[in-house]
Amino acid sequence: MTATMPEQRFLPRESLQTLFDVLAERGYRTIGPVVLDKAIQYVELSDASALPTGWTDDQQPGHYRLTQVESPRCFAWANGPQAFKPYLNRSREVLWESRRDSEGNLEFVLPTPTDKPLAVIGARACDLAALALQDRHFLDQARDPGYAARRASLFSVAVHCTHPATTCFCVSTGDGPRATSGFDIALSELDDGYLVETSSDTGRALAAALPLQPADDEHNRAAAAEIDAVAQRQCRQLPSDDLRQTLFSRLDHPRWEDVAARCLSCGNCTSVCPTCFCHSERDQVELGGARSQHLREWDSCFSEGHGHLHGFQVRPETRHRYRQWLTHKLDSWHDQYGRSGCVGCGRCITWCPVGIDLTAEAHAICDDAIEPEDSA
Amino acid sequence: MAKPSIAVHKFSSCDGCQLAFLNAGPDLLKLAELVDIRHFLEAGMADEDAKVDIAFVEGSISTRDELTRIQQVRANSRIVVTIGACATAGGLQALRNLDGRHEEWKHAIYAQPDFIQTLDRAEPVAAHIEVDFELWGCPVDAAQLLAAVQQLLFGVSPLDVRDKVCAECKRQQTICVIVADGQPCMGPVTRTGCGALCPRFGRDCYACYGPSENPNTAAMGQALAGLGLPPADIARRFLFINSQAPAFHRAGLAHYRAGFADE
Amino acid sequence: MSPNLPRQAEVVDRTEESPSTFTLHLRLTDGAPYRFDPGQFNMLYLHGAGEVAISIVAGDAQAGVLTHTIRALGRVTKGLQQLGVGEHIGLRGPFGQGWPMQQAQGRDLVIVTGGLGCAPAVSIVHHVLDQRTRYGRLSILQGVKHTDDLIWREQYAAWAQLPNTQVLLAADVAAPGWRGHVGQVTALFDQLELDAPRSSAMLCGPEPMMQAAAEQLHARGLTADAIFLSMERNMQCAIGHCGHCQIGPDFVCRDGPVFPWPRLRPLLGVRGF
Repeated sequence: MTATMPEQRFLPRESLQTLFDVLAERGYRTIGPVVLDKAIQYVELSDASALPTGWTDDQQPGHYRLTQVESPRCFAWANGPQAFKPYLNRSREVLWESRRDSEGNLEFVLPTPTDKPLAVIGARACDLAALALQDRHFLDQARDPGYAARRASLFSVAVHCTHPATTCFCVSTGDGPRATSGFDIALSELDDGYLVETSSDTGRALAAALPLQPADDEHNRAAAAEIDAVAQRQCRQLPSDDLRQTLFSRLDHPRWEDVAARCLSCGNCTSVCPTCFCHSERDQVELGGARSQHLREWDSCFSEGHGHLHGFQVRPETRHRYRQWLTHKLDSWHDQYGRSGCVGCGRCITWCPVGIDLTAEAHAICDDAIEPEDSA
Repeated sequence: MAKPSIAVHKFSSCDGCQLAFLNAGPDLLKLAELVDIRHFLEAGMADEDAKVDIAFVEGSISTRDELTRIQQVRANSRIVVTIGACATAGGLQALRNLDGRHEEWKHAIYAQPDFIQTLDRAEPVAAHIEVDFELWGCPVDAAQLLAAVQQLLFGVSPLDVRDKVCAECKRQQTICVIVADGQPCMGPVTRTGCGALCPRFGRDCYACYGPSENPNTAAMGQALAGLGLPPADIARRFLFINSQAPAFHRAGLAHYRAGFADE
Repeated sequence: MSPNLPRQAEVVDRTEESPSTFTLHLRLTDGAPYRFDPGQFNMLYLHGAGEVAISIVAGDAQAGVLTHTIRALGRVTKGLQQLGVGEHIGLRGPFGQGWPMQQAQGRDLVIVTGGLGCAPAVSIVHHVLDQRTRYGRLSILQGVKHTDDLIWREQYAAWAQLPNTQVLLAADVAAPGWRGHVGQVTALFDQLELDAPRSSAMLCGPEPMMQAAAEQLHARGLTADAIFLSMERNMQCAIGHCGHCQIGPDFVCRDGPVFPWPRLRPLLGVRGF
């Protein structure tokens, strides 16, 4: 399979800082992974030494712990609760401001974009697949100006994943572990450095400024083997059937009640999901009333606001809300965007405070092999 | 047009919610321009019987005197807004409602219990009068309070956000202290409004904003048990500052034994 | 015009329809042209309070005036109710897919509405009366819970006098002197002069009512794809972004609010969608 791989060159580990420097020279604000508050988080950084060198993670349903091991590697972990989604689809954003003068006239003003172009280092395949879905949602039919501006200038440096968590299942959704699109530069991390491939003109131009060396066969073989090994290590998967046929035909399945008894309807799953797009809007008015900011904030199908109508709540109970999440994510997303809304990142499993496993719920509802309730 | 008038009334409480006004800084001065503050003891205005457009009530109803005074507040005010955990859900002092041993406690604590003129229960304001809007929290959040004032001045009811603290934690990119640190955080059943203050500083939410909408307190109780909390501690998590909020009251009693005994 | 930013509109007239229902006549102050299809909606913005989705009852292109009839139920609509003539609000729109007026040309129209003065349906009547010769027989069936809830009584009475037009009214609970039907609006179908194969039905109101009406009209010979429903969901962005208004794969704000019945039929009446 090395034959079909794009040409790769080698960046020695000690030269990784040049990647940050070149991005800075070109005016990018660079974000990347660091260890912060006991998790891998993407924050602004300019120094390669801030990367989580030697850190790895243990993820189980409802459980996340970082540990340090003896390793020179900076990307030997699976994703934390967020990657770069919050930088594009902001968790809170002013859509416009309403200004009222003393005569009662209103003026509506769009915020002035002030963002520098953004570069992300360490984008995973799952998150790039999710980015493609966010693009379709926020750009295709109606264009969201804030998202569009930030997206247009995004430069992404992918790092192929070699350390899946037990909660990961990107192989089953077809979105990983190798990043195949949506990046400018992709890196494969080895102990002594990085294999570098490019897939855009901006990426190639930037790579030309890096002190790259020819990659040897040993590097290529080792990197490919590590990525291929991920497939063997992922134990979770979604049902392989077309869930469009299945989920909407099982709206009365007893499992919806079962999961509702366990579910806190806290919305953590939707908040960490890299494809979830739901948000609510509200006004934040300045005291005195002259100015009011019309805000957008992340919302969740697990909130009462999501199904609110006057005199009627569309989804009063948790079973309705969990069913909305799963039928949308795995089923009606196909109709909306031509594919499932799940990229297999497993965040919803790890970051559920009670460890509900989306793959297990989907299997319980969709697998015909499930026994009818026996006389327990 | 006359400026709208407001009053801030104190009942059984620690005064911390009134401080939300005083801590507002420049906004308090602006507020003073927008409204006529008729009664606010902590700020030096005293006219307890003033008829006002909006009355803010801090504190629970815990004494005989307060029973009549709260009726007067209602009669004198077009809109009544309760501020804080005491006024909306009884506050800490409502823990005395749990075991009916108010007299014993009084005698155990005070040198001269005869001077203590308390009712044997402490109750939320809404147990006694009709309340137009409730602001939760111990204490209330100044920004939320001022936003409510501004909405009322506009003639619209304030936005009642009952989402879980988790929603705000994630908006703030705060790391979940349950999942990453095993802390018994009450965020999944607690209403937001505080800006996820405690988790942002790496500690568990202790539910001072009271129950969120649709709180799955049974699953929360199980999760707390799974994190190693004995039943008495689970009961304490629910029966704390907002013990009279029905969802927490029921959930707490399911784990409670008299005096928060372990078994 | 950006769908993302409101335009200023002035209240040029207002009508109290009932204690809880009022009509705002709005003029866009920028003078730019505005056109809409019957069944579409606008987002009306009350400064400092928020936006709310309101269907457009009527528009007078010449005068540049748009009419919205609103029930004061929520915090924003109660605030809008307090607005006086000369005051300003924000307006984004029009949004969504309206009634299939083009497709229905040459056909009889059966309009079935329930609830308090169903504004989206009234926009159809205005449209048909504007272009009367393009449509066949017009039947208007309006049901309310209580006769006190019925607004636009004079208008219904006037429409009933028009040629080739039938108006039937029903109330679940009737005050003394009520001359319409007592009971559900679907019971009026027996009085309907219906030429099923050449009729299109447009339904608006509570979902159980629309579901029952669609089933019964279908049973009376209307083809399923000639029946249309106007749906209501929580709409905050109006452009298919915020996600609240989804019914299965559809965003009501963008793909609706008017849908052909077969599109909705599998999920209609299923709690949670």
